[in-house]
Order: sequence, then C-alpha cells, then structure tokens
Amino acid sequence: MSYKTIIGLEVHVELKTKSKMFCGCSADYFGQKPNTHTCPVCLGLPGALPAPNKTAIDWCIMIGQAMNCQIANFSKFDRKNYFYPDLPKGYQISQYDQPFCEKGFIELSTGKKIGITRVHMEEDTAKLTHQGDYSLIDFNRSSVPLVEIVTEPDFNDAKEVVEYLKKLQQIVRYLGVSNADMEEGNMRLEPNISLQKEEETSLPKYKVEVKNINSFRFVEKAIEFEIKRQAEILNEGKTPIQETRGWNEIKNKTISQRIKEEANDYRYFPEPDIPPIRFTQDQISKIKSQIKELPDEKLKRFQKEFGLSAYDSEILTRTIETAKYFEEAVSAGKSHKISPKQIANVIINKKIDVNVVLPAQLLQSIISSSQTTSIDEGKLGEIIIQVLKEHQKAVSDYKSGKETAIMFLLGQVMRQFKEKIDANKVKAVLTAKLK
Amino acid sequence: MKLNELTIREAREGLKNKKFSSVELTKACLEQIKKHNPSLNAFITVTEKEALEQAEKANNLLLQGDALETMPLLGIPIALKDLFSTKNIKTTAASNVLKDYIPQYDSTVVGKLKNAGAVIIGKTNLDAWAHGSSGENSDFGPAKNPWNKEYVPGGSSSGSAVSVASDMCIASTGTDTGGSIRLPASFNNIVGLKPTYGRVSRYGIIAMASSLDSIGHFTKTVEDSALFFNITAGQDKFDATTLPNPTENFTKSLNMGIKGLKIGIPKEYVTSDLDKEVKAKFEEAIKIFKGLGAEIVEVSLPHTEYGIAAYYIIQPSEVSSNLARYDGIRFGDGREAFGDEAKRRIMLGTFTLSSGYYDAYYKKAMAVRTLIKKDFDDAFRNVDALISPVCPTLPWKLGEKINDPLKMYLSDALTVTANIAGIPSLSVPAGFSNNKLPVGIQIMGKQLSENLLFQIGQAFEKATNYYKQKPNL
Repeated sequence: MSYKTIIGLEVHVELKTKSKMFCGCSADYFGQKPNTHTCPVCLGLPGALPAPNKTAIDWCIMIGQAMNCQIANFSKFDRKNYFYPDLPKGYQISQYDQPFCEKGFIELSTGKKIGITRVHMEEDTAKLTHQGDYSLIDFNRSSVPLVEIVTEPDFNDAKEVVEYLKKLQQIVRYLGVSNADMEEGNMRLEPNISLQKEEETSLPKYKVEVKNINSFRFVEKAIEFEIKRQAEILNEGKTPIQETRGWNEIKNKTISQRIKEEANDYRYFPEPDIPPIRFTQDQISKIKSQIKELPDEKLKRFQKEFGLSAYDSEILTRTIETAKYFEEAVSAGKSHKISPKQIANVIINKKIDVNVVLPAQLLQSIISSSQTTSIDEGKLGEIIIQVLKEHQKAVSDYKSGKETAIMFLLGQVMRQFKEKIDANKVKAVLTAKLK
Repeated sequence: MKLNELTIREAREGLKNKKFSSVELTKACLEQIKKHNPSLNAFITVTEKEALEQAEKANNLLLQGDALETMPLLGIPIALKDLFSTKNIKTTAASNVLKDYIPQYDSTVVGKLKNAGAVIIGKTNLDAWAHGSSGENSDFGPAKNPWNKEYVPGGSSSGSAVSVASDMCIASTGTDTGGSIRLPASFNNIVGLKPTYGRVSRYGIIAMASSLDSIGHFTKTVEDSALFFNITAGQDKFDATTLPNPTENFTKSLNMGIKGLKIGIPKEYVTSDLDKEVKAKFEEAIKIFKGLGAEIVEVSLPHTEYGIAAYYIIQPSEVSSNLARYDGIRFGDGREAFGDEAKRRIMLGTFTLSSGYYDAYYKKAMAVRTLIKKDFDDAFRNVDALISPVCPTLPWKLGEKINDPLKMYLSDALTVTANIAGIPSLSVPAGFSNNKLPVGIQIMGKQLSENLLFQIGQAFEKATNYYKQKPNL
C-alpha cells in the first residue's frame, strides 16, 4: 500500500535576551554553575510574581512577522497547569487561545507554502539531571524566554521538514533573537508524524510525536524511521498508537515514551498576574520596522544587484555574517575594480572563513593574485623562439590541428620567467608566432 | 493612656516631641503581647529581638532630628499578616506546609514599611492560606475575639485585626480577597482598608487568588489608615498588575466633611437575610450620614446575588493553581500537610478549570464578573460612594460554622463584590450589638477613590467616636 506522509512541526526557540522572561536574572545559562542565575521569581518562591520581559515579547512578534503571521491587537498570557519537578510554580506561563502571532507561512524553495498556525511566547523549565537513584534540578534555565512555532500538518516528507527547519533557524539568527543552536538546546523540535491512505481525504486519526531530536540529520532519520514503522503497522491493517516517542541516536530508532490515552488536561486559564496586552497598529509597525532584510529578500537582491547566480547567492546569504562580509568586500572592491562575481568566487571556492580573514585582506589577496609584472617584449620573443625550437613535436601537433598542444608550449614559456606574468598576453604572442 | 494604645498619629507626635522613645513604645506592645497573646492567639511569631534592635536604631535616628519627615513610621511597631514574606523571618501562611519556611526576601510592602522606619513586631495568625472568614482554619489554632473570647475575630486576617484591637501593635497589614480585611475589622471595632485592586503591590505576599487579592491594613483610626496607605500605595515593577497612577497624599481630603455628597445604599445588600442588630446599626449609620449633610439614595446592583457563586468559582480556580508550587520538592512539607479547607478549594478549582467544565464554570463566572463590575460602574455614575454592612451577621461563636463551609462562605456575601469589581472599600466601626460585639459598615467607591473613602470615613468616625471604646481584656 502506498501512503501519504503528513507531518506537522512544533519548534521551540530560546531567545537570547539579556534577562529571563519574568525576572531580572541573566538568561545566559549555558555552561554556568548550576543554580547561580536564580531569584524568588524563577524559583517560584511563595509570593513571587512574574514581570514580563518586553524585549522578549517584541522579539516573539518579530519572529511572527518574519514568518508572515497576523499579529494580535489583543493578547494575553495563560497558565498551563501540570506537575513536573522542573516546573517550580506547578504551572508554565504560556499562551493558549490568543497567541501573539497566528496564520503565517514559510515558502520552501519549491514554492510550496508551509502554514504557520501560531507563534507564541512562554517560559522554559528548569533542567533535570538524573544521576543514579536521584535527580538534580538546575534552575538557571527556569523562565528563560521561549518562543513556540507551530506549523500546520503541511509537510509530506523529511526533506521539506529539514528545509523548513534550516529556514527557520536562519530567520531567527538573521533577526538576532536566538542562537538557535540545536546542540545547546536553543532550538528544539518535535515533529508529529502520521500516514494517510491514498484514498483518504481527512487527516489520520492518530499522530506520533517524536522528541529528543537534536540535529537536522536526526530529524530526517527519525521521520524516515517512523514512516517505515507506521507503514508496516498500517499494512497489517492496524492503526499505530497515538503516542510520544523519543529518538534514540545510538539505536537509530524511535522508542515509545508515553502513550497518550487522551489529551492532557492542562487546565489553562488566563494568567491573573499579568494584565492582558494590547498592541496598537503603530506599535506593531514599529516592531516590524526593526526587522532588517531577511534571507529570502537578501538572496533575491544579491542576484539582482550583483548579478550572482541563485546558487552563489544562496551560499552567500546562508548566514548574515557571510552576507555582510560579502557586501563589505564588494563595496571596498569597487575602487580596485574588483567585481562582485570575483569576490563571490573567492569566498565560495576558497571557503573563506569570514571570522578570520578581514574583507580588506581578502581584497588584497585578489589584487595580488591578478597583478602581473610587465613583460619585456624582446625577452619574451627570444624565449618563445627558443621553446619552439626545443619542442618541434608539439609545434607540429599544434599545426596539424591539436590545439591543446599550445598549452604545453605556453607552460614551457612561462617556466622561463621567475616573476608572475600575464599568461593571456604570452598566449597571444605565442599564437601569433605559430602562425 | 498606655503607649501601646496610641494611634500612628499620636505615636508620631510623642516620638517627635521626645515624650517617649521607640524602645519604650515597642516594649509596651511586647508586654501587651506577652500578657494577652496566650489567650488571644493573635501572633504566630513575635520578633522581639529584631523589634527591639529596630527600635534602638529608630531611637538613634529620632535623636538626629527630622528623620520622621522622611520616615513616617519611624519607631512605630507594626504587625504583619503571616502571608507577607519577611527576609530571615519565618513566614508560615498559618499552614503546616510552611511551618518552618524562612523566606530569602522581603515582600515589597514589607520593604516599604522598613524604609519608612517601622518596627516589625511579629507575624500574625490567619486562616491558613487566607482561606476562611473566621480565623478558625489556622493550623496554629484560632485567634480569639478580644471583645469576647468565645467569639471568632473574623478572618482571614484574624490575628492582624486582633493585634490592633487589643493594642499589641499600632497598626497591622492584611490581605483582602473576599472580605478578609473588612470582615475582621468590623468584628473588632477597628478600621480596615481594602484598596483598589493593583494599588498596593502583591509582590512577596503569598498569593491566594491573584486576580482578587488586595493588600491593605488595619488601623485604629481612619486618619491612620490614610497615613499607612501613603506608604504602601504605588506602582511596583515587580508586580505587573500594579496601577501606574501617581500616588497622592491620602490625608489631604480627610477633614473636608461630606456635606452634599451623594451616598447610595445598594438595596440588594439590605435584605431580610440581614441580622436584625446589624440592620439596626446600619440604619443608625444612615441617620448619621444624613445628619452630616450627605444625600442618601437607594441604588440597585442587580447582579449582587451571583457574587458569591462567581467568587467561589474564580477564587478556588486561582487557588488550585497558586497552591501547586507547594509540592514539597524544594521547601516546605508535602501536600499531605494541607488542611481540609485548602484541599477543598484545590479540588473545587481543579474541577472548575477542567476541560469540559471550564466553559460552564470559569468562563461563566468571568462573565458574571463583568456584569458585577458594570453594576458598580452604573451606580457610581449616580452616587459618589456606596455604604452597606460588612457582614450580614454579628460575630459568631467559635466552632459555630466550622462544619458548614457554605454558611461560612455566605458571611462574605456583602464583601466579595468589591473584590470581584476591583474597587476600594473601607470598613469602619459602626457600634455594638446588645451583647457588646462590634458591628462595622463599609464605604465603597469607584476605582482609585480611596481619598474619598477616607474623607467619608473620617466624618463618620468624628461623629461617632466608636474607636475610642476598647475591649475589656
């Protein structure tokens, strides 16, 4: 039987604001000594209250805007109630029915649009470390701003998912709002995968959520694995169980973690400690005006403005640092009459590390590699005569139509010069002599 | 007159004129506590050592001259409801869950009081987690009514009210979620202010129901209430629900009188359910207001009857979420240490928020909330303020309602609406029953109208002087 793969995605992106979502503690927790970035608020001590981080909210909206979402004029925070030792208040402050951003899309290279259901703001939990028969809690991560981006079930294969994820990562990095580093856990993803029979029109009645995926490579593997696993079950005439599975990178498979009988009852209700938030059109526009050129726009501009191919433009705009570097080099190169294409070629072909080589150094190397000493015409003539005399065979080969022979002769001539000389000029003289 | 019987204003004057020192004043309060706390059970923790240290410091500052100008409570003993987090001082919420919990930080209000020079004399008893109307839900035993120890002092801020009424301190703090300041104030013949929601920071005060909790205080006089409010009111960056309005001087209109003011009587508050003696005292009060030149009119707040029902959905819903952090993992004892009333509210709230019930309960209650707010908005278009009894009944005997939660809940019928609407209300003494139990009335105004409430309360107090009567301990 053949099936259509249906995948929806939930991605969590941690923002790199200076302070946490609801208190003044530093949000930079990676590699810090456990429980050193804490206060009554992020520890959930009795009486502590959340004071929302305005920058984080602005950034969440910016992400939504970059993903073509509609921004709510009226929004609020809600409490998501559940018990877990990493959740000090016994609830997570999140957004339920009125998120900041809704109904956006991201366009893939094929032109297919992936629908963005919502982009909302919430807080991260503390980090649990399990050691033997006990567990340790590090609250440094507790209440770090987290943006959740939920897509429609619009993906039909793993490749689309990976392209989308790379785009999303690129966008938030372009916006400068998150490092979106999967290994450090700034970007976490959970695909929901199910298979639809060809003849079916409605969505499958089950879905399988996969967690613990910390690289793009694994997301592809995990999806491929699930497609195979679920197809086998469906082929037997059964329906896969609705469950949460975890990717095990050692066993290269997904493993059942939790079977969801019903949806969890999180008893959402409006967060009474934070008044609802109203945005004027003016405020929304102001946030939008802070968004600089996004990857897709930049790519198109590079093609148009610099006459680059789509391929080159894509490579140069992959990170904002490379793009910026390229543009700096182009503008500095103008006075030396170095074309954007030349610069692009060097950056791409020589895999220039933009963090190491300064644009000025790059230009210098282009200039010196194309600079040639002027040739002593008399000396050149003599050398050519000498070379032609010594290599009669090549001369006759050339004359009998083997044009490549000229390259051999050219090489022989060039060898006689210690300094760098213009090969094109030498070739012209050589050709004339051979006539 | 004994030093501990002074009002804030009197104590300030005495300290300023060096008639006595802060240490003498503090010792007078501590002695009163030693003498009567064993029978009244107003305090859970008495911070004698710290209080005397603070009093010593205050003495030194007072010698330097004009310190009282910048520190309006310098050297004055204040008691705190044991929901207010106090750095390095045990804060129990009167629950066994937190019986040994020592906060690492001060709540905003405590910080403000300390900055104003107050001497923190101790932490007062309450219904555990502020759940209750009688004070009997305390895991540390009930506080007793100083007017008759067989009677409840009212709750949930039971100990705070008792400590002021029995002159164990000069003033005290409280929280009012559905009447927890006004009701005990009225049962103790003292003044209790429930401010506009968001006018005083909740930061650091153990939350009961976040959208209803108002942070206020108990004082012996209306003027003291205004003085105290000058210190506690104001926006706090740690509490996102505090209002941005600039704070005023709350004593400025105290003595303006009430001639020509239009005061409404909500007819739904004065029904046959009202105790006869309470009704009689309220009618007396109306006469006094008339005599002071106020125009009295009847108004209608048509959704009043749904107040308790809406309150007992919104409040337990928030309680169930707010108490979730007491899981025994990081501090405090485990959940098994919760008392019956807390368990009851956790279960009620968990139910009303559950999927499938949310729309029928929580959402509907929030719709009622909007209607009750509108009732008040409409009323305040026609009148300057509203007056009503605080509690439909007189103080009851200890144990009388403890096994009937619904009856207990109904004692808040006239107070919950102010919390639902977020408006301020001032409870002032209105006389005594035949068996010498205090009766109070409340003066309600629109949001941010505390100045007007003080003005009206002051006029009534000057005309009646009930506050001068003290319980016979």
